[in-house]
Amino acid sequence: MPTPDRPLSPHLQVYKLHTKIAPLLSIAHRLTGVALAFLGTLFLIYWVGAAAYGPEAFATAQAVFSSPLGLLMLFGWTVVLFYHLANGVRHLVWDTGLELSNEGVRRTAWVMLGSVLGLTVLAWVVGLIVLAL
Amino acid sequence: MDTKSRSMQSALGRARGLGSAKADAAGHWSAQRITAVALVPLALWFVFAAVIGNIDADHAAFRAWIAQPINATLMMLFIFTSFHHGALGMIVVLEDYVHAPGAKHITIMLAKMAAAAGGLFCAICVLTLALGG
Repeated sequence: MPTPDRPLSPHLQVYKLHTKIAPLLSIAHRLTGVALAFLGTLFLIYWVGAAAYGPEAFATAQAVFSSPLGLLMLFGWTVVLFYHLANGVRHLVWDTGLELSNEGVRRTAWVMLGSVLGLTVLAWVVGLIVLAL
Repeated sequence: MDTKSRSMQSALGRARGLGSAKADAAGHWSAQRITAVALVPLALWFVFAAVIGNIDADHAAFRAWIAQPINATLMMLFIFTSFHHGALGMIVVLEDYVHAPGAKHITIMLAKMAAAAGGLFCAICVLTLALGG
């Protein structure tokens, strides 16, 4: 059965992803989503699981997350989470029919990337202040 | 357009089941958006209140925090919504990129089971901390 004009999922081999920002940001939404579904959930399971298993396990988990490698992982987690969050809001805006032009895609891309930067900086400034108090 | 004039089948009947989801794509679509909208405030609360607020908490402090009904409720909402949203997203990714029918159905089934198990474990951990003696 012919199915013309059917929207296609992001294709990884055909398009020149490295020369255009829109498809790169699009596939990054999926990659960050998959990362959150695999690794983000594991962080959550480990954290609340350690707390439920008792003081020793929770102390170990808190030490793991506040070690240099743990902080690096948490930094990556905040970037990935805020990217998927901000770009997800961008998709929700598109779902209403707004900003669906080439200019809209470019404009919202910069707003989204600015939001990711702003939220990441905010989270780490607040986090480091709370830690210092 | 010859099929249109010859067939007794309605346009909707012909279109149904042709997408990569095969069935209930509209229900999946709206569930993904509803969980996405809910996760905007829930994820921000989780980063800034649950994680940063407990950044240097010991077990007693974390337990006291999670025992507050509002925190336990928001944690449970975050857990169920994020695992549900993650499963919906993983299902779409698997439908798009795993082409062999057997592998596709098995990986989708495993994604659903993993999300249900992970979400249930996190929820039980929260209940253990909040209600356990």
